[in-house]
Amino acid sequence: MTDLREAAQRLRGQNTIWTFLVLAALVAVFSALRPNAFATVFEFRSIATESSILVLLAVGQTFVIVTAGIDLSVGSVLIFSGVIAARTMNGLDSGPKAGWGVVAAGTAAGLAAGLAWGALNGFLVARAKVPPLIVTLGTLGMALGFGQILTHGVDVGNVPGALTDSVGSGSVLGVPWLIVIAVLVVAVAAAGLGLTRFGRYTRAIGSNAEAAGRVGIRVDRHLIKVYALSGLLAGLAGVLNLAHFSSTTLTSGTQDNLNAIAAVVLGGTSLFGGTGSVIGTVIGVFIPAVLQSGFTILQVQSFWQTVAVGGVLVAAVYFDQLRRRRRQLG
Amino acid sequence: MSQPLLEARRLVKTYGQVHALSGADFAVQPGEVVALVGDNGAGKSTLVKTLVGAIAPDGGEILLDGRPTSFGSPRDAQALGIETVYQDLALAADLDAAANLFLGREQLRGGLLGLLGVLDKRAMRTRAVEAFGELGIELRDIGAPVATLSGGQRQSVAIARSVAWASRIVFMDEPTAALGVLQRGRVLDLIRRVRDRGVSVVLISHNMPEVLSVADRVEVLRLGRRVARFAAAETSLEELVAAMTGALDSQDEGDPR
Repeated sequence: MTDLREAAQRLRGQNTIWTFLVLAALVAVFSALRPNAFATVFEFRSIATESSILVLLAVGQTFVIVTAGIDLSVGSVLIFSGVIAARTMNGLDSGPKAGWGVVAAGTAAGLAAGLAWGALNGFLVARAKVPPLIVTLGTLGMALGFGQILTHGVDVGNVPGALTDSVGSGSVLGVPWLIVIAVLVVAVAAAGLGLTRFGRYTRAIGSNAEAAGRVGIRVDRHLIKVYALSGLLAGLAGVLNLAHFSSTTLTSGTQDNLNAIAAVVLGGTSLFGGTGSVIGTVIGVFIPAVLQSGFTILQVQSFWQTVAVGGVLVAAVYFDQLRRRRRQLG
Repeated sequence: MSQPLLEARRLVKTYGQVHALSGADFAVQPGEVVALVGDNGAGKSTLVKTLVGAIAPDGGEILLDGRPTSFGSPRDAQALGIETVYQDLALAADLDAAANLFLGREQLRGGLLGLLGVLDKRAMRTRAVEAFGELGIELRDIGAPVATLSGGQRQSVAIARSVAWASRIVFMDEPTAALGVLQRGRVLDLIRRVRDRGVSVVLISHNMPEVLSVADRVEVLRLGRRVARFAAAETSLEELVAAMTGALDSQDEGDPR
């Protein structure tokens, strides 16, 4: 019981509960307005499917932001990893009937590519002491540039059916693979941030890196791990993106990093580091997605979605600031 | 005097042209509160940093239980039961008191969960409650981030953390500097309780009345050398100030007791 009460208290403190209420209110309003179109299993499933790739980016971003950092490169790393995965698969077997071995090799290459960019980000932030905003702005450009160089700017659309038909658009027990993977990643990440030493060090570093170092936490190494995790998840997102769209989608994804950051902040994670929640981030991904879907169904111009999300985002950071200021006084 | 617990002999540390320590001596006896005082630039911080392993001296020796020793890092000193409470607290403000107490020394669950790095929060919280209780520290909500605590409570958490892991000596750098009168008194009580548990306390402070009220002995540093030692009970404010400013230069002769 006390655990429950404390958990509730912590949730209130983190703003996560408020974000959840906003999401619930949006769902309730749209459901009431268009029960037959919005409040359907089909609609919810498609919102979740379309959000699952962004969820992966935002989960990695959560860890980075909890360390008081930022990772602007995730969208570009997604593209780059997709290109590497596609090129690897085509290099091994360019026919449409390429087997699972080829898919596995391509997936591994895509994950490795994401991990490498993330580790580079972490190294530059932790060891070279270049501010994360600049490091990841640089790798944002580099990863996208290399992706375009490797493909001469032409999308690779030749993706093995074994990948696109299964993970890309298939289901397991009626649940799309994309959702299954996203749920697994969220579960592991939420446990990792909330229950493990890794998560506690992540919070401690975001809270007071100096103090963390003094008690013997290897801050540099931990930061490299956190950025590498964000890169790895961007790599996984890249492979899933390739599977889902059967294309490397070179020209899309420029907003992915900002969408991921917005989701993290909406979810109650503080841009100043130290506190955050993976579940909050998932809620933060769904608020824009639900708005988008709801506006489309209501035949409101969907451009209103970006206006609304922008406003909510500023409000979320304002309330976080307010909370911190009050805490300082109290 | 009995065998000192920790002793510095003729420590030298120079930064370029600056002689931070020029043959400084210092001694901590078992189970005492010893104050280290001196004017700004006297070398207090440098001396403390060498004694807790944060910097290496250029010359001289450090003896622990009479045996020469050297600390490569604060971790080495911590492993030998020597902890430091830093002036700026060094707490993670977003973590709760228990998490801060165990920061860097987390207990993990047994079995597979432990291998996965899962924390044993319940055990740590229980131990933290005990540790705070032993020192008479009352926290309304041990699960609240330390940022929500008062300055005095935060200082108490920082001290409790050091004491929980220190079996021999706790160095406290200006532990009351940022506190109000009431909280200041509580921290001084806390220092006495730490000593009563058999852990020696080295108190670095600019506040002379406070030093005289809580310390058993006072060692005075000036221009990188120890210039005087006093038994606090037999010393006046004027004597301390005179020693600090050089008006009185006893040149560290004789046994103060």
